[in-house]
Amino acid sequence: MNILVCISNVPDTTTRIKYTTDQKEVDYSGVQWIINPWDELALTRAIELKEANPALIQKITAITVGKADAEPTLRKALACGADDAIRVDASGVDSFYTASQLTNAIKDESFDLILCGIESSDFNGAAVGGMLAELLDWPSVSAVSSVNIENESVKVTREIDGGKQLMETGTPSVLIVQKGIALNPRIPSMRGIMTARTKQLKVVPAVEAAAQSHILTFAAPPQKSACKIIDAENLDELARLLHTEARVI
Amino acid sequence: MSVLVYIENRNGKFKKSTYELVSYGSRLAELLGVGLNILSIGNVADDELKSLGKYGASHVHRLAADMSLDDKSFASIISGLAAQTSAKVVVMAHNLTGKAIAPRVAIRLKAGMVSAVNGLPVLVSPFVVNKKSFSGKSLVQIEISSAIKVITLSQNTAGMVEKPSNVIVEDLPAVSIYPATRVLSTEVQSGKVLLSEADVVVSGGRGMRSPENWKPLEELAEVLGAATACSRPVSDEGWRPHHEHVGQTGKVVAPNLYFALGISGAIQHLAGISSSKVIVAVNKDPEAPIFTAADYGVIGDLQVVLPKMTEAFKKLKSGN
Ligand SMILES: Cc1cc2nc3c(=O)[nH]c(=O)nc-3n(C[C@H](O)[C@H](O)[C@H](O)COP(=O)(O)OP(=O)(O)OC[C@H]3O[C@@H](n4cnc5c(N)ncnc54)[C@H](O)[C@@H]3O)c2cc1C
Ligand SMILES: Nc1ncnc2c1ncn2[C@@H]1O[C@H](COP(=O)(O)O)[C@@H](O)[C@H]1O
Repeated sequence: MNILVCISNVPDTTTRIKYTTDQKEVDYSGVQWIINPWDELALTRAIELKEANPALIQKITAITVGKADAEPTLRKALACGADDAIRVDASGVDSFYTASQLTNAIKDESFDLILCGIESSDFNGAAVGGMLAELLDWPSVSAVSSVNIENESVKVTREIDGGKQLMETGTPSVLIVQKGIALNPRIPSMRGIMTARTKQLKVVPAVEAAAQSHILTFAAPPQKSACKIIDAENLDELARLLHTEARVI
Repeated sequence: MSVLVYIENRNGKFKKSTYELVSYGSRLAELLGVGLNILSIGNVADDELKSLGKYGASHVHRLAADMSLDDKSFASIISGLAAQTSAKVVVMAHNLTGKAIAPRVAIRLKAGMVSAVNGLPVLVSPFVVNKKSFSGKSLVQIEISSAIKVITLSQNTAGMVEKPSNVIVEDLPAVSIYPATRVLSTEVQSGKVLLSEADVVVSGGRGMRSPENWKPLEELAEVLGAATACSRPVSDEGWRPHHEHVGQTGKVVAPNLYFALGISGAIQHLAGISSSKVIVAVNKDPEAPIFTAADYGVIGDLQVVLPKMTEAFKKLKSGN
């Protein structure tokens, strides 16, 4: 069984976001790049599954749609334990564009399971995984918080509004994963970092795909007015303000 | 031409978020000068469907199917009706279902898709919507250029406008489906207010000190009819269940009122709560970053403050 993990290269979650002066683009100078947190957990789980059953899982491939500056992030995925990596040489314009690039890049490969994160922490599209599944005409399960593989049967837990479900899906399938899928992200070992250098990172060219949406402008969210401090000895005042001023209770 | 809104029910009943979605669809259809169609999947009685008329629904399509369809089947039903009704825009809620299915619907309809849209479009021609990006740190305007558009609406961003209308319910023929995925068992979270739908959320962080201290937090939630939530370390430690974890890597919530109790206000936590209308923070450290995000703050020790706060709200609720 071969597993593909889709990795989005995103600014570190604590980054302050700046824009170009015309507010039309993000100014990425000085940004630290990381593996999108959910993708990092997806990769971790894939590695755990392979370690637990090396006879069943032959290969884990990490893929990203990104320019050359996304390669350190892919190398990190290799250092964590992915066996090889693919970079589609394009910058994602919208979810459809990215999903189309991913679909094309793997059309001649044989993957049994694709793991995507539920959303990327930069553009919060929450779309690429589902689009990829539809483009490939594969089944998918979303909001997956655990995955186990028994023979060819893939057992997953997914969250639903107000509960959870144990599900079964076959291969091939796309799993769109969220919190719980792995506890802590895998940190590359020294040995992992060394061997990552020798692992294959294949670069494939982009294909034509028409993006269907594009960002016009960026802005900072509106500033909050200053916090009103209420005396800890006078909490009736808090209740009163929430009732009469904020009108939320 | 029309706007198609897909709505969900729980045990045959609609929630406030459903009416919000219908009201949104009705105003969007008006802006575009087209009709509105609603799709409901599941066993929902006529009266319940007719209650949607209050917010402008006129034509409701009911598919009385078993709701445990897989994502592919859902997408095929929704896109099928969208094609049949010449939908220009398909609207779904930005919840777990919307996230799972909207992208598939978009591909099937060759539509551009934007998730977690805030409120009505800024412009309809070209079609421009607002959404948050960078986990709440940025607001973007996005143009969708395809002929058909798919959007998911962020909860609590559009409000509700009454617009009474007569409802026609039309039953869709049963569909034969060969699910690609199977549900083996379902575990329903019983009785409590759901975090994703709550108007008030009471959330605790590491400053609560230990899981035993959650009793008073739950009492406050009870008094306010609120859902309970927590910061990531609290769920990582196993003090609270994972589904309560709020933030960038947990749930994004947008209640009217959010209580951050003993939460420092790390940027990843704020990413999950920044759309809340009003935030109240209680923290013993006056320098805690949560106070820059909060509207009301109390500086003090939770062991002392929390029971007093509950008393104050009890008093308010009982009207004295
Ligand atoms: C990639 C990534 C993703 C993350 N995602 C999330 C996420 O989704 N959600 C999330 O919450 N975090 C997330 N985090 C973690 C985040 O950075 C913070 O570590 C976390 O939010 C801190 O939780 P806390 O506020 O409960 O604890 P702390 O930061 O330890 O804060 C506890 C607070 O309680 C106060 N306090 C202590 N005792 C008392 C008392 N007796 N009375 C009153 N106040 C008291 C303290 O002054 C302090 O401000 C993420 C981190 C990373 C790196
Ligand atoms: N540029 C990209 N390259 C590879 N995978 C991506 C890319 N963008 C998004 N993904 C995958 O799709 C998931 C959802 O992303 P999004 O739809 O952009 O929120 C991510 O968690 C990744 O698994």
